[in-house]
Amino acid sequence: MMERCRLRGLKPGARACIREVTATDEMGRRIRDLGLLPGTEVEVVGKAPLRDPVALRLMGTTLMLRNNEAEYILVEVL
Amino acid sequence: MGCSVCNEQHAGAEGTRIADSEGVISIALVGNPNCGKTTAFNMLTGARQHVGNYPGVTVDRKEGTALLNGTPVRLIDLPGAYSLTAFSQEEVVVRQVLAPADKAERPLAVCDVAEACALERSLYLTVQIMELGLPVVLVCNMMDEARKAGVQINLKELSARLGIPVVEAVARTGEGLQGALRQTIQAGRTARKAGSAPLIISYGPDLDPVLGIMSAFIEERSILGGRYPARWIALKVLEHDARILEELRTDSPEAVAWLEEQYEKVAAHLKETHEVAPDAIIADYRYGFIRGVVRGVVKKEANSQDRLAMTDRIDKVLTSTLIGPLFMLAVMYLMFYVTFEVGAYPQGWVENAFGWLGDTVTESLPDGLLRSLIVSGLIDGLGGVLSFVPLIAIMFLMIAFLEDSGYMARIAYMLDRVFRVFGLHGASVMPYIISGGIAGGCAIPGAMATRTLHSPKEKLATLLTLPYMACGAKLPVFLLLAGVFFPENAAGVMFGLLLAGWASALIIARILRGTIIRGQATPFIMELPPYRLPSLRSVLIHCWERTFMYLRKAGTVLVAVSILIWASMTFPGLDEERAAPFEQAIAAAEAQLEQAPENAPEREKLEAALAEAQNALAAEELRNTVAGRIGTAIEPLTRPAGFDWRTDIALLGGIAAKEAIVSTLGTAYSLGEEDPEEATGLAERLASDPGWSKAVALAMMLFVLLYSPCFVALVVIRQEAGSWGWVAFTIVFNTVFAYGVAVAAHRIGLMIWG
Repeated sequence: MMERCRLRGLKPGARACIREVTATDEMGRRIRDLGLLPGTEVEVVGKAPLRDPVALRLMGTTLMLRNNEAEYILVEVL
Repeated sequence: MGCSVCNEQHAGAEGTRIADSEGVISIALVGNPNCGKTTAFNMLTGARQHVGNYPGVTVDRKEGTALLNGTPVRLIDLPGAYSLTAFSQEEVVVRQVLAPADKAERPLAVCDVAEACALERSLYLTVQIMELGLPVVLVCNMMDEARKAGVQINLKELSARLGIPVVEAVARTGEGLQGALRQTIQAGRTARKAGSAPLIISYGPDLDPVLGIMSAFIEERSILGGRYPARWIALKVLEHDARILEELRTDSPEAVAWLEEQYEKVAAHLKETHEVAPDAIIADYRYGFIRGVVRGVVKKEANSQDRLAMTDRIDKVLTSTLIGPLFMLAVMYLMFYVTFEVGAYPQGWVENAFGWLGDTVTESLPDGLLRSLIVSGLIDGLGGVLSFVPLIAIMFLMIAFLEDSGYMARIAYMLDRVFRVFGLHGASVMPYIISGGIAGGCAIPGAMATRTLHSPKEKLATLLTLPYMACGAKLPVFLLLAGVFFPENAAGVMFGLLLAGWASALIIARILRGTIIRGQATPFIMELPPYRLPSLRSVLIHCWERTFMYLRKAGTVLVAVSILIWASMTFPGLDEERAAPFEQAIAAAEAQLEQAPENAPEREKLEAALAEAQNALAAEELRNTVAGRIGTAIEPLTRPAGFDWRTDIALLGGIAAKEAIVSTLGTAYSLGEEDPEEATGLAERLASDPGWSKAVALAMMLFVLLYSPCFVALVVIRQEAGSWGWVAFTIVFNTVFAYGVAVAAHRIGLMIWG
């Protein structure tokens, strides 16, 4: 089994599969509504000039989320 | 007739409700942000549309009339949403329109626009609308992009799996839109006759049983009067949706306890066994259902080009560490430059036209109150208000372009880290810049630009602090005072004031976000849409909507307030007894002038003496008015800041428009009305006045920078903040804050310069 790490730690170009979303309540719902939930494959396409937020590719779209939000997402690097 | 969902009166052609044999046909357009929904709406309705506001929120309510084979159909363009949770104002509005309290207001059917290349994500909303039990037609939009990217969608199979009609369209060209609308109406009519059952999907062994029990309980008591399907209410309770729980508490308080108990039980069980909350399970199963639907239906050709490849290449440059910020600065500067430099021409034309109108009326009417009311109250007021129209139109032309092209999202992306420190949002930068973040902006279009912020708390904090920026109308005051009292370093003073504006805005925003607008930062997860060339049509429509909104306000509140301000600076008139000595002085000066021979060298002197006498009367008259009396009355209060009654009156006048500060100061100093652009007489007068010093000038400049915004800005703030309460707050808080800063600056100035 591959090791899990936080989405926040991934470098641009890295691809991973989401394993767990630990955010709850409003933020958790928002994260999941946009498709960030276990089983979704994501790719880090870039980071903002100040290294935060991060741009993610998933299901054919690009999302940006802040590092402190990415903190709640555990992934398995592909 | 009035509409219960929005607070606007529908007027004219677009408001005429068209009834067929079944009543009104109204179709709701829904979809994710950036899915092309508004493009479709514009294509279908053309100019037959109407924009208003939903009550209590600042979300646009757009309605229009589409013609289908000559039959009019009412279309409601709902704001973009990803889900039907009550996360954002937009989602709440979508829910309210799809499931209104009054069932008669329910749209006949829903036309759900989905981006063909992002079908999975789009279906998340579709499924939830189907769970609400509304007839839905799914429109796979941007099929041209999908074809180019080698994406194939088996529409027939998709339709069979979802159990709803699925059509394809290209909203930009209008392809397939008429057909989509026809199908939606058809689906609605069928559902009306045969009824439409809400979609039921499985939420797994942990939730399905309790969902069943709760649904039966809700059904039995017909809780919330059949506004929502029973299972949907049960789902929302399990998602712990704050809004539904509130509705339940008012509707059936006795039932809530039991429902909450069920929720607590399930939540506790799930936490123990899987360490998750019910809402996470619900999202998982919903997406699971969607993945099952999409599997095998959407195919991608093996060697096709990625549709986002171009966007990624552009982003590699435009959001890179070095070029990204530089390009962004250039874009923002260009936008500012075009708005205010190019906008100055049409703005000048409007001002000239009203100036000419004022002169013409002045010549054709006898001197008196009526003329004063028409010229100084009505024409000047209306002219001042309308002169902003070109700026607003030009700015929204560019904002619409930046938004539709996808670049606005990149600005938010790059600046978010900076603005988050102050409790704001990356997209706050644009309103600040336009308000005067680059000196010479204007808070009126700036406040209107906060519409691009979709996080309510961040938006409010931006809105309440952007009046601190150095707007164009404050500049004449700064130029005058910096030129007189800091001639050796006027440019430095100007730049310092610009920075003071930014610092105040950001610091106060931070304080507001920690106190009265407290709350966690709104989750920032936003889409970075692909770069697209905006269509001229949608940019123009967007620009027109905003301009029209402003004009409508201008026609009502603004003119009334402008007359009120005129009245307070005109009444009461000077009684004869007090006016007599001034009148005598004027009469004497006139008589002397009459006696002086033509071309005599002393005539010039006599003319000046006459003007002086007239100005002395004007100053006395001003002092006697309501505004003048207030100014005089508060003099002791403003003494610590170094302001006398003349300055106080000028500052009161500045609430009408900041341009009025210099001209009112001129009148108060008996210099006649000063042209704010070249107030040389006033400059000399201030330089020699013992009541003025460097310390007073500094206090005055800071006060003007920070105190209450002008009333036009206040009205726009009302519109964007959604309540007069925030306007009252802005007036009081900003003035108190400005006063504090001015007193401190005066004290410090006295210590430094003596």
